[in-house]
Amino acid sequence: MHPAFSVLVFTVLSGAGYGLISLLVLAHLAGIPQLQDTAVLLAGGLLAFLLITGGLLSSTLHLANPKNAWRAFSRFRTSWLSREAVFAVLFYPFLLLYLFGIYRQGAELGALFKLAGILAATLALVTLFCTSMIYASLKTIRQWNSALTPLNYLALGLMSGALLLAAVQAVAQGGLAAVLQQLALGLVLLGAVAKLIYLFWIGKPAGSTIHTATGFTQASVRLLDQGHTANSFLNDEFGYRVEAERLMKLRYLMVGLAFVLPFMLLLSGQAWLAPAASVLAIAGLLTERWLFFAEARHVVRLFHGEQHT
Amino acid sequence: MKLGLVVDLDTCVGCHGCATACKQWNTSGTIGPLSDKDPYGRDPNGAWLNRIRTYEVGDTPNSKTVNMPMSCMHCDNAACVTVCPTGASYKREEDGIVLVDQDKCMGCNLCSWACPYGARELDPHQGTMKKCTLCVDRIYDERLPKGERQPACVLTCPTKSRVFGDFDDPDSEVSRLARERGGKQLMPELGYNPVNTYLPPRNKKQQAAYETSGRSVKDTVKQWVNKVIAR
Repeated sequence: MHPAFSVLVFTVLSGAGYGLISLLVLAHLAGIPQLQDTAVLLAGGLLAFLLITGGLLSSTLHLANPKNAWRAFSRFRTSWLSREAVFAVLFYPFLLLYLFGIYRQGAELGALFKLAGILAATLALVTLFCTSMIYASLKTIRQWNSALTPLNYLALGLMSGALLLAAVQAVAQGGLAAVLQQLALGLVLLGAVAKLIYLFWIGKPAGSTIHTATGFTQASVRLLDQGHTANSFLNDEFGYRVEAERLMKLRYLMVGLAFVLPFMLLLSGQAWLAPAASVLAIAGLLTERWLFFAEARHVVRLFHGEQHT
Repeated sequence: MKLGLVVDLDTCVGCHGCATACKQWNTSGTIGPLSDKDPYGRDPNGAWLNRIRTYEVGDTPNSKTVNMPMSCMHCDNAACVTVCPTGASYKREEDGIVLVDQDKCMGCNLCSWACPYGARELDPHQGTMKKCTLCVDRIYDERLPKGERQPACVLTCPTKSRVFGDFDDPDSEVSRLARERGGKQLMPELGYNPVNTYLPPRNKKQQAAYETSGRSVKDTVKQWVNKVIAR
Protein backbone atom coordinates (compact mmCIF):
# COMPACT_ATOMS: atom_id res chain seq x y z
CA MET A 1 0.00 0.00 0.00
CA HIS A 2 1.16 3.49 -0.81
CA PRO A 3 2.03 5.25 2.47
CA ALA A 4 0.33 8.66 2.29
CA PHE A 5 2.31 11.04 4.51
CA SER A 6 -0.80 12.82 5.76
CA VAL A 7 -2.23 9.52 7.02
CA LEU A 8 1.04 8.58 8.75
CA VAL A 9 1.15 11.92 10.54
CA PHE A 10 -2.54 11.68 11.42
CA THR A 11 -2.43 8.20 12.94
CA VAL A 12 0.81 8.75 14.87
CA LEU A 13 0.08 12.23 16.25
CA SER A 14 -3.57 11.69 17.08
CA GLY A 15 -2.68 8.26 18.53
CA ALA A 16 -0.12 9.91 20.82
CA GLY A 17 -2.59 12.66 21.74
CA TYR A 18 -5.38 10.20 22.59
CA GLY A 19 -2.95 8.05 24.58
CA LEU A 20 -1.68 11.13 26.44
CA ILE A 21 -5.09 12.48 27.40
CA SER A 22 -6.46 9.12 28.53
CA LEU A 23 -3.41 8.39 30.72
CA LEU A 24 -3.38 11.98 32.02
CA VAL A 25 -7.02 11.76 33.14
CA LEU A 26 -6.43 8.31 34.61
CA ALA A 27 -3.32 9.40 36.55
CA HIS A 28 -5.00 12.62 37.68
CA LEU A 29 -8.19 11.00 38.94
CA ALA A 30 -6.30 8.05 40.45
CA GLY A 31 -4.67 10.61 42.70
CA ILE A 32 -1.04 10.32 41.67
CA PRO A 33 0.54 13.17 43.66
CA GLN A 34 2.70 14.66 40.87
CA LEU A 35 -0.42 15.08 38.71
CA GLN A 36 -2.39 17.12 41.26
CA ASP A 37 -0.68 20.11 39.67
CA THR A 38 -2.65 22.55 37.51
CA ALA A 39 0.36 23.45 35.35
CA VAL A 40 1.09 19.80 34.44
CA LEU A 41 -2.56 19.02 33.75
CA LEU A 42 -3.10 22.09 31.59
CA ALA A 43 0.16 21.61 29.68
CA GLY A 44 -0.57 17.91 29.07
CA GLY A 45 -4.17 18.60 28.08
CA LEU A 46 -3.13 21.37 25.70
CA LEU A 47 -0.43 19.18 24.13
CA ALA A 48 -2.98 16.38 23.60
CA PHE A 49 -5.40 18.88 22.09
CA LEU A 50 -2.76 20.16 19.67
CA LEU A 51 -1.59 16.67 18.65
CA ILE A 52 -5.12 15.40 18.07
CA THR A 53 -6.28 18.49 16.20
CA GLY A 54 -3.12 18.61 14.09
CA GLY A 55 -3.53 14.93 13.27
CA LEU A 56 -7.19 15.26 12.33
CA LEU A 57 -6.48 18.28 10.11
CA SER A 58 -3.66 16.33 8.46
CA SER A 59 -6.05 13.43 7.78
CA THR A 60 -8.25 15.66 5.66
CA LEU A 61 -5.26 16.42 3.41
CA HIS A 62 -5.42 12.96 1.84
CA LEU A 63 -9.01 13.46 0.73
CA ALA A 64 -9.28 14.08 -2.99
CA ASN A 65 -12.58 15.92 -2.60
CA PRO A 66 -12.54 17.45 0.91
CA LYS A 67 -15.60 19.64 0.35
CA ASN A 68 -17.70 16.53 1.04
CA ALA A 69 -15.82 15.60 4.23
CA TRP A 70 -18.74 16.70 6.41
CA ARG A 71 -20.74 13.81 4.97
CA ALA A 72 -18.36 11.36 6.67
CA PHE A 73 -20.52 11.48 9.83
CA SER A 74 -23.46 9.89 8.06
CA ARG A 75 -22.69 6.16 7.95
CA PHE A 76 -22.07 5.49 11.63
CA ARG A 77 -23.89 2.16 11.52
CA THR A 78 -21.62 0.48 8.96
CA SER A 79 -18.38 2.37 8.37
CA TRP A 80 -15.47 2.45 10.81
CA LEU A 81 -14.22 5.65 9.19
CA SER A 82 -17.56 7.27 9.90
CA ARG A 83 -17.47 6.01 13.51
CA GLU A 84 -13.98 7.43 13.91
CA ALA A 85 -15.15 10.82 12.64
CA VAL A 86 -18.18 10.85 14.97
CA PHE A 87 -16.21 9.86 18.09
CA ALA A 88 -13.37 12.25 17.23
CA VAL A 89 -15.81 15.17 17.21
CA LEU A 90 -17.79 13.93 20.22
CA PHE A 91 -14.53 13.85 22.21
CA TYR A 92 -13.87 17.60 21.97
CA PRO A 93 -16.64 19.03 24.21
CA PHE A 94 -15.69 16.65 27.03
CA LEU A 95 -11.99 17.45 26.69
CA LEU A 96 -12.69 21.18 26.71
CA LEU A 97 -15.03 20.88 29.69
CA TYR A 98 -12.39 18.92 31.62
CA LEU A 99 -9.65 21.43 30.80
CA PHE A 100 -11.99 24.31 31.66
CA GLY A 101 -12.61 22.66 35.03
CA ILE A 102 -8.89 22.44 35.72
CA TYR A 103 -8.43 26.05 34.65
CA ARG A 104 -11.16 27.23 37.05
CA GLN A 105 -10.85 24.84 39.97
CA GLY A 106 -7.30 23.45 39.74
CA ALA A 107 -6.62 19.75 40.35
CA GLU A 108 -9.47 19.41 42.89
CA LEU A 109 -12.30 18.96 40.40
CA GLY A 110 -16.05 18.91 40.94
CA ALA A 111 -18.03 15.79 39.98
CA LEU A 112 -19.22 17.21 36.63
CA PHE A 113 -15.70 18.01 35.47
CA LYS A 114 -14.45 14.62 36.69
CA LEU A 115 -17.17 12.92 34.65
CA ALA A 116 -16.18 15.00 31.61
CA GLY A 117 -12.60 13.84 32.09
CA ILE A 118 -13.60 10.19 32.31
CA LEU A 119 -15.75 10.51 29.18
CA ALA A 120 -12.96 12.31 27.29
CA ALA A 121 -10.49 9.54 28.21
CA THR A 122 -12.94 6.84 27.16
CA LEU A 123 -13.82 8.54 23.87
CA ALA A 124 -10.12 9.04 23.15
CA LEU A 125 -9.50 5.29 23.37
CA VAL A 126 -12.69 4.50 21.43
CA THR A 127 -11.60 6.86 18.62
CA LEU A 128 -8.17 5.24 18.53
CA PHE A 129 -9.83 1.82 18.32
CA CYS A 130 -12.05 3.01 15.43
CA THR A 131 -8.98 4.27 13.56
CA SER A 132 -7.37 0.85 13.89
CA MET A 133 -10.55 -0.92 12.79
CA ILE A 134 -10.57 1.03 9.50
CA TYR A 135 -7.51 -1.02 8.63
CA ALA A 136 -8.34 -4.22 10.50
CA SER A 137 -11.72 -4.55 8.79
CA LEU A 138 -10.27 -4.80 5.28
CA LYS A 139 -10.31 -8.44 4.19
CA THR A 140 -8.35 -7.48 1.08
CA ILE A 141 -5.14 -6.83 3.04
CA ARG A 142 -4.16 -9.83 5.15
CA GLN A 143 -1.40 -7.93 6.99
CA TRP A 144 -4.08 -5.63 8.43
CA ASN A 145 -7.05 -7.95 8.73
CA SER A 146 -6.25 -9.13 12.24
CA ALA A 147 -6.88 -8.42 15.93
CA LEU A 148 -3.19 -7.53 16.12
CA THR A 149 -3.91 -4.26 14.27
CA PRO A 150 -6.14 -2.72 16.98
CA LEU A 151 -3.83 -4.17 19.63
CA ASN A 152 -0.86 -2.39 18.01
CA TYR A 153 -2.67 0.90 17.53
CA LEU A 154 -3.87 0.97 21.14
CA ALA A 155 -0.56 -0.21 22.60
CA LEU A 156 1.52 2.25 20.56
CA GLY A 157 -0.89 5.13 21.17
CA LEU A 158 -0.76 4.54 24.93
CA MET A 159 3.00 4.07 24.79
CA SER A 160 3.66 7.38 23.07
CA GLY A 161 1.09 9.02 25.35
CA ALA A 162 2.88 7.71 28.44
CA LEU A 163 6.22 9.01 27.16
CA LEU A 164 4.70 12.43 26.49
CA LEU A 165 3.05 12.50 29.92
CA ALA A 166 6.37 11.69 31.58
CA ALA A 167 8.06 14.39 29.49
CA VAL A 168 5.45 17.05 30.38
CA GLN A 169 5.62 16.18 34.07
CA ALA A 170 9.44 16.08 34.11
CA VAL A 171 9.78 19.44 32.36
CA ALA A 172 7.12 21.18 34.47
CA GLN A 173 8.35 19.88 37.82
CA GLY A 174 12.05 19.49 37.13
CA GLY A 175 12.19 15.80 38.08
CA LEU A 176 10.73 12.60 36.66
CA ALA A 177 8.05 10.96 38.81
CA ALA A 178 8.89 7.30 39.45
CA VAL A 179 5.32 6.11 38.85
CA LEU A 180 5.12 7.81 35.43
CA GLN A 181 8.57 6.48 34.56
CA GLN A 182 7.47 2.93 35.41
CA LEU A 183 4.21 3.35 33.52
CA ALA A 184 6.06 4.53 30.40
CA LEU A 185 8.67 1.78 30.65
CA GLY A 186 5.93 -0.84 30.98
CA LEU A 187 4.01 0.53 28.01
CA VAL A 188 7.17 0.72 25.86
CA LEU A 189 7.72 -2.97 26.62
CA LEU A 190 4.09 -3.75 25.79
CA GLY A 191 4.33 -1.78 22.53
CA ALA A 192 7.54 -3.54 21.55
CA VAL A 193 6.06 -6.98 22.24
CA ALA A 194 2.88 -6.14 20.30
CA LYS A 195 4.91 -4.90 17.33
CA LEU A 196 7.28 -7.88 17.32
CA ILE A 197 4.36 -10.33 17.43
CA TYR A 198 2.82 -8.43 14.51
CA LEU A 199 6.05 -8.54 12.47
CA PHE A 200 6.41 -12.25 13.18
CA TRP A 201 2.78 -12.90 12.25
CA ILE A 202 2.85 -11.11 8.87
CA GLY A 203 6.02 -12.94 7.83
CA LYS A 204 4.36 -16.02 6.43
CA PRO A 205 2.57 -15.91 3.06
CA ALA A 206 -1.12 -16.72 3.55
CA GLY A 207 -4.55 -16.03 2.14
CA SER A 208 -5.47 -15.52 -1.51
CA THR A 209 -3.11 -16.47 -4.31
CA ILE A 210 -2.95 -15.76 -8.03
CA HIS A 211 -4.78 -19.10 -8.44
CA THR A 212 -7.87 -18.16 -6.46
CA ALA A 213 -7.73 -14.66 -7.95
CA THR A 214 -7.90 -15.89 -11.55
CA GLY A 215 -9.89 -19.06 -10.87
CA PHE A 216 -7.20 -21.31 -12.36
CA THR A 217 -6.52 -23.41 -9.30
CA GLN A 218 -4.89 -26.42 -10.95
CA ALA A 219 -2.19 -24.94 -13.15
CA SER A 220 0.57 -22.39 -12.90
CA VAL A 221 -0.51 -18.84 -13.73
CA ARG A 222 1.83 -16.08 -14.89
CA LEU A 223 1.05 -12.53 -15.87
CA LEU A 224 1.92 -11.79 -19.49
CA ASP A 225 0.51 -8.29 -19.79
CA GLN A 226 -1.11 -6.01 -17.22
CA GLY A 227 -3.13 -4.35 -19.96
CA HIS A 228 -1.81 -0.80 -19.86
CA THR A 229 1.45 0.68 -21.07
CA ALA A 230 1.32 3.74 -18.80
CA ASN A 231 0.72 3.93 -15.08
CA SER A 232 -2.64 3.54 -13.37
CA PHE A 233 -4.42 4.43 -10.15
CA LEU A 234 -4.23 0.79 -9.04
CA ASN A 235 -0.45 0.67 -9.52
CA ASP A 236 0.05 3.92 -7.63
CA GLU A 237 -2.21 2.96 -4.75
CA PHE A 238 -1.52 -0.76 -4.32
CA GLY A 239 1.62 -1.53 -6.29
CA TYR A 240 3.97 0.16 -3.82
CA ARG A 241 7.18 -1.85 -3.74
CA VAL A 242 10.22 -1.62 -1.48
CA GLU A 243 13.23 -3.91 -1.62
CA ALA A 244 13.33 -6.48 1.17
CA GLU A 245 16.76 -5.29 2.26
CA ARG A 246 15.55 -1.73 2.77
CA LEU A 247 12.51 -2.95 4.67
CA MET A 248 14.76 -4.87 7.06
CA LYS A 249 16.93 -1.80 7.66
CA LEU A 250 13.86 0.29 8.35
CA ARG A 251 12.55 -2.34 10.75
CA TYR A 252 15.77 -2.14 12.76
CA LEU A 253 15.61 1.65 12.67
CA MET A 254 11.98 1.53 13.82
CA VAL A 255 12.69 -0.83 16.74
CA GLY A 256 15.66 1.30 17.80
CA LEU A 257 13.90 4.66 17.56
CA ALA A 258 10.49 3.68 18.85
CA PHE A 259 11.38 1.24 21.61
CA VAL A 260 15.06 0.69 22.50
CA LEU A 261 16.28 4.30 22.70
CA PRO A 262 13.23 5.72 24.53
CA PHE A 263 13.40 2.79 26.96
CA MET A 264 17.08 3.44 27.74
CA LEU A 265 16.68 7.22 27.99
CA LEU A 266 13.79 6.81 30.36
CA LEU A 267 15.56 4.14 32.38
CA SER A 268 18.26 6.68 33.19
CA GLY A 269 15.64 8.59 35.19
CA GLN A 270 17.04 11.95 34.09
CA ALA A 271 14.27 14.53 33.76
CA TRP A 272 15.88 16.32 30.82
CA LEU A 273 16.03 13.08 28.79
CA ALA A 274 12.27 12.44 29.00
CA PRO A 275 11.33 14.91 26.20
CA ALA A 276 14.06 13.44 24.01
CA ALA A 277 12.64 9.95 24.61
CA SER A 278 9.17 11.02 23.46
CA VAL A 279 10.46 12.82 20.36
CA LEU A 280 12.51 9.76 19.37
CA ALA A 281 9.49 7.52 19.96
CA ILE A 282 7.30 9.72 17.71
CA ALA A 283 9.94 9.53 14.97
CA GLY A 284 10.12 5.77 15.47
CA LEU A 285 6.35 5.46 15.28
CA LEU A 286 6.29 7.45 12.03
CA THR A 287 8.71 4.84 10.66
CA GLU A 288 6.51 2.12 12.14
CA ARG A 289 3.41 3.55 10.43
CA TRP A 290 5.28 3.89 7.15
CA LEU A 291 6.21 0.21 7.38
CA PHE A 292 2.63 -0.69 8.33
CA PHE A 293 1.59 0.65 4.92
CA ALA A 294 4.62 -0.34 2.85
CA GLU A 295 4.54 -3.94 4.06
CA ALA A 296 0.79 -4.36 3.48
CA ARG A 297 0.06 -6.13 0.21
CA HIS A 298 -3.39 -5.71 -1.28
CA VAL A 299 -4.91 -8.66 -3.18
CA VAL A 300 -5.22 -6.56 -6.36
CA ARG A 301 -1.49 -7.21 -6.75
CA LEU A 302 -2.34 -10.83 -7.53
CA PHE A 303 -4.03 -9.68 -10.74
CA HIS A 304 -0.85 -7.79 -11.55
CA GLY A 305 1.22 -10.94 -11.40
CA GLU A 306 2.19 -11.55 -7.78
CA GLN A 307 1.83 -15.21 -6.87
CA HIS A 308 0.70 -14.59 -3.29
CA THR A 309 0.23 -11.73 -0.86
CA MET B 1 -33.17 -8.86 -10.11
CA LYS B 2 -29.45 -9.49 -9.90
CA LEU B 3 -27.88 -7.98 -12.96
CA GLY B 4 -24.36 -8.84 -13.99
CA LEU B 5 -22.05 -10.12 -16.67
CA VAL B 6 -20.75 -13.44 -17.82
CA VAL B 7 -17.29 -13.31 -19.37
CA ASP B 8 -16.17 -16.19 -21.54
CA LEU B 9 -12.44 -16.71 -21.05
CA ASP B 10 -12.48 -19.26 -23.86
CA THR B 11 -13.36 -16.77 -26.54
CA CYS B 12 -12.02 -13.44 -25.27
CA VAL B 13 -9.19 -12.38 -27.57
CA GLY B 14 -7.99 -9.49 -25.42
CA CYS B 15 -8.69 -6.73 -27.95
CA HIS B 16 -9.51 -4.12 -25.24
CA GLY B 17 -12.63 -3.18 -27.24
CA CYS B 18 -14.78 -3.46 -24.10
CA ALA B 19 -12.48 -1.11 -22.16
CA THR B 20 -12.45 1.57 -24.87
CA ALA B 21 -16.20 1.30 -25.50
CA CYS B 22 -16.71 1.62 -21.76
CA LYS B 23 -14.52 4.69 -21.52
CA GLN B 24 -16.22 6.26 -24.54
CA TRP B 25 -19.76 5.70 -23.23
CA ASN B 26 -19.17 6.50 -19.58
CA THR B 27 -17.05 9.59 -20.04
CA SER B 28 -20.25 11.30 -21.17
CA GLY B 29 -22.57 9.26 -18.94
CA THR B 30 -24.29 9.78 -15.61
CA ILE B 31 -21.16 9.59 -13.44
CA GLY B 32 -19.47 12.46 -15.21
CA PRO B 33 -16.25 12.48 -17.18
CA LEU B 34 -13.68 9.72 -16.82
CA SER B 35 -10.79 12.10 -16.87
CA ASP B 36 -7.14 11.51 -17.60
CA LYS B 37 -4.12 13.19 -16.14
CA ASP B 38 -1.58 14.20 -18.77
CA PRO B 39 -3.41 12.19 -21.51
CA TYR B 40 -1.03 13.08 -24.36
CA GLY B 41 2.07 13.54 -22.25
CA ARG B 42 4.90 11.37 -21.07
CA ASP B 43 3.12 9.73 -18.17
CA PRO B 44 -0.62 9.49 -18.86
CA ASN B 45 -2.80 8.20 -16.05
CA GLY B 46 -6.55 8.11 -15.89
CA ALA B 47 -9.72 6.47 -14.67
CA TRP B 48 -10.86 3.34 -16.49
CA LEU B 49 -13.74 1.16 -15.39
CA ASN B 50 -12.57 -1.92 -17.21
CA ARG B 51 -9.10 -3.44 -17.35
CA ILE B 52 -7.92 -6.42 -19.35
CA ARG B 53 -5.05 -8.54 -18.09
CA THR B 54 -3.41 -11.39 -19.94
CA TYR B 55 -2.12 -14.53 -18.27
CA GLU B 56 -0.30 -17.66 -19.31
CA VAL B 57 -2.01 -20.60 -17.67
CA GLY B 58 -0.20 -23.95 -17.50
CA ASP B 59 3.30 -24.71 -18.69
CA THR B 60 4.64 -25.01 -22.23
CA PRO B 61 3.68 -26.95 -24.32
CA ASN B 62 0.37 -27.32 -22.46
CA SER B 63 -0.16 -23.66 -21.79
CA LYS B 64 -2.88 -21.27 -22.83
CA THR B 65 -3.02 -17.53 -23.07
CA VAL B 66 -6.04 -16.28 -21.17
CA ASN B 67 -7.33 -12.72 -21.43
CA MET B 68 -9.24 -11.63 -18.39
CA PRO B 69 -11.34 -8.45 -18.62
CA MET B 70 -12.31 -7.15 -15.20
CA SER B 71 -14.82 -4.53 -14.18
CA CYS B 72 -17.00 -4.18 -11.10
CA MET B 73 -18.39 -7.56 -10.02
CA HIS B 74 -21.46 -5.92 -8.38
CA CYS B 75 -20.87 -8.17 -5.35
CA ASP B 76 -23.82 -9.47 -3.36
CA ASN B 77 -21.89 -8.66 -0.22
CA ALA B 78 -20.23 -5.43 -1.34
CA ALA B 79 -17.59 -4.38 1.22
CA CYS B 80 -16.99 -1.13 -0.71
CA VAL B 81 -20.51 -0.03 0.28
CA THR B 82 -20.05 -1.07 3.92
CA VAL B 83 -16.84 0.91 4.43
CA CYS B 84 -18.02 4.10 2.71
CA PRO B 85 -18.27 6.83 5.38
CA THR B 86 -20.30 9.32 3.35
CA GLY B 87 -22.99 7.08 1.92
CA ALA B 88 -21.79 7.86 -1.61
CA SER B 89 -21.38 4.16 -2.42
CA TYR B 90 -24.61 2.24 -2.55
CA LYS B 91 -26.07 -0.97 -3.91
CA ARG B 92 -29.44 -0.74 -5.58
CA GLU B 93 -32.15 -2.90 -4.03
CA GLU B 94 -33.98 -3.45 -7.30
CA ASP B 95 -31.18 -4.80 -9.51
CA GLY B 96 -28.06 -5.12 -7.36
CA ILE B 97 -26.03 -2.54 -9.28
CA VAL B 98 -23.33 -0.90 -7.13
CA LEU B 99 -23.00 2.84 -7.81
CA VAL B 100 -21.17 5.89 -6.47
CA ASP B 101 -23.11 9.10 -5.93
CA GLN B 102 -20.60 11.59 -7.34
CA ASP B 103 -22.18 14.45 -5.36
CA LYS B 104 -21.46 12.75 -2.02
CA CYS B 105 -18.02 11.14 -2.52
CA MET B 106 -15.16 12.79 -0.61
CA GLY B 107 -12.39 10.81 -2.31
CA CYS B 108 -10.98 9.02 0.74
CA ASN B 109 -10.09 5.90 -1.34
CA LEU B 110 -11.30 3.52 1.37
CA CYS B 111 -13.76 1.75 -0.97
CA SER B 112 -10.97 1.06 -3.44
CA TRP B 113 -8.99 -0.49 -0.59
CA ALA B 114 -11.95 -2.69 0.32
CA CYS B 115 -12.40 -3.90 -3.27
CA PRO B 116 -10.35 -7.02 -4.08
CA TYR B 117 -10.96 -6.71 -7.81
CA GLY B 118 -9.45 -3.29 -8.48
CA ALA B 119 -12.81 -2.15 -9.81
CA ARG B 120 -12.67 1.38 -8.41
CA GLU B 121 -10.41 4.12 -9.67
CA LEU B 122 -10.14 7.69 -8.46
CA ASP B 123 -10.86 10.36 -11.03
CA PRO B 124 -7.70 12.51 -11.06
CA HIS B 125 -9.54 15.76 -11.80
CA GLN B 126 -12.84 15.40 -9.96
CA GLY B 127 -11.30 13.67 -6.94
CA THR B 128 -14.23 11.28 -6.70
CA MET B 129 -14.36 7.51 -7.08
CA LYS B 130 -15.42 6.12 -10.44
CA LYS B 131 -16.62 2.61 -11.13
CA CYS B 132 -18.59 0.47 -13.58
CA THR B 133 -22.28 1.39 -13.59
CA LEU B 134 -23.26 -1.62 -15.68
CA CYS B 135 -24.31 1.20 -18.04
CA VAL B 136 -27.32 1.92 -15.89
CA ASP B 137 -27.96 4.87 -18.23
CA ARG B 138 -28.29 2.52 -21.23
CA ILE B 139 -29.98 -0.62 -20.00
CA TYR B 140 -33.18 1.14 -18.88
CA ASP B 141 -33.31 3.73 -21.69
CA GLU B 142 -36.56 3.11 -23.48
CA ARG B 143 -35.61 5.41 -26.35
CA LEU B 144 -33.00 2.86 -27.42
CA PRO B 145 -34.02 -0.13 -29.53
CA LYS B 146 -34.51 -3.20 -27.32
CA GLY B 147 -31.39 -4.98 -28.51
CA GLU B 148 -29.23 -1.98 -27.60
CA ARG B 149 -30.36 -1.78 -23.97
CA GLN B 150 -27.15 -3.48 -22.88
CA PRO B 151 -23.84 -2.29 -21.40
CA ALA B 152 -21.48 -0.72 -23.93
CA CYS B 153 -18.81 -3.39 -23.34
CA VAL B 154 -21.26 -6.18 -24.17
CA LEU B 155 -22.52 -4.49 -27.34
CA THR B 156 -19.04 -3.84 -28.66
CA CYS B 157 -17.44 -7.22 -27.92
CA PRO B 158 -16.47 -8.64 -31.33
CA THR B 159 -16.31 -12.24 -30.12
CA LYS B 160 -19.51 -12.09 -28.06
CA SER B 161 -17.57 -13.23 -25.04
CA ARG B 162 -19.49 -10.91 -22.74
CA VAL B 163 -23.12 -11.58 -21.88
CA PHE B 164 -25.37 -9.36 -19.78
CA GLY B 165 -28.39 -10.58 -17.87
CA ASP B 166 -30.27 -11.37 -14.69
CA PHE B 167 -28.67 -14.02 -12.49
CA ASP B 168 -31.84 -14.29 -10.39
CA ASP B 169 -33.70 -15.71 -13.38
CA PRO B 170 -32.64 -19.37 -13.73
CA ASP B 171 -33.65 -19.40 -17.41
CA SER B 172 -31.69 -16.30 -18.43
CA GLU B 173 -28.76 -16.74 -20.78
CA VAL B 174 -26.26 -15.75 -18.08
CA SER B 175 -27.65 -18.27 -15.59
CA ARG B 176 -27.69 -21.00 -18.22
CA LEU B 177 -24.10 -20.26 -19.31
CA ALA B 178 -22.84 -20.14 -15.74
CA ARG B 179 -24.56 -23.44 -15.02
CA GLU B 180 -23.56 -25.33 -18.16
CA ARG B 181 -20.02 -24.08 -18.51
CA GLY B 182 -19.04 -24.27 -14.84
CA GLY B 183 -18.87 -20.51 -14.29
CA LYS B 184 -16.45 -19.31 -11.62
CA GLN B 185 -16.25 -16.42 -9.21
CA LEU B 186 -12.90 -14.74 -8.66
CA MET B 187 -11.48 -14.94 -5.14
CA PRO B 188 -14.58 -16.60 -3.66
CA GLU B 189 -12.72 -17.15 -0.37
CA LEU B 190 -13.11 -13.47 0.59
CA GLY B 191 -16.86 -14.00 0.80
CA TYR B 192 -17.94 -10.97 -1.22
CA ASN B 193 -20.01 -13.23 -3.51
CA PRO B 194 -19.27 -11.41 -6.78
CA VAL B 195 -22.10 -11.56 -9.31
CA ASN B 196 -20.00 -11.44 -12.49
CA THR B 197 -19.05 -14.95 -13.52
CA TYR B 198 -16.14 -16.21 -15.59
CA LEU B 199 -16.47 -19.18 -17.91
CA PRO B 200 -13.24 -21.22 -17.92
CA PRO B 201 -11.69 -22.15 -21.27
CA ARG B 202 -13.15 -25.31 -22.80
CA ASN B 203 -11.10 -28.49 -22.69
CA LYS B 204 -9.82 -29.01 -26.17
CA LYS B 205 -7.94 -31.91 -27.68
CA GLN B 206 -4.29 -31.40 -26.98
CA GLN B 207 -2.34 -30.42 -30.07
CA ALA B 208 0.75 -32.54 -30.56
CA ALA B 209 3.77 -30.32 -30.27
CA TYR B 210 6.74 -30.70 -32.57
CA GLU B 211 8.88 -33.33 -30.97
CA THR B 212 12.61 -33.71 -31.24
CA SER B 213 14.20 -37.14 -31.36
CA GLY B 214 16.04 -36.54 -28.15
CA ARG B 215 19.28 -37.78 -29.65
CA SER B 216 22.45 -35.76 -29.56
CA VAL B 217 24.03 -34.32 -32.69
CA LYS B 218 26.80 -36.87 -32.42
CA ASP B 219 24.33 -39.77 -32.38
CA THR B 220 22.38 -38.34 -35.31
CA VAL B 221 25.54 -37.99 -37.39
CA LYS B 222 26.62 -41.50 -36.42
CA GLN B 223 23.24 -42.92 -37.46
CA TRP B 224 23.34 -41.05 -40.77
CA VAL B 225 26.87 -42.30 -41.46
CA ASN B 226 25.82 -45.85 -40.60
CA LYS B 227 22.93 -45.57 -43.06
CA VAL B 228 25.18 -44.33 -45.85
CA ILE B 229 28.05 -46.73 -45.34
CA ALA B 230 26.94 -50.26 -45.85
CA ARG B 231 28.94 -52.65 -43.77
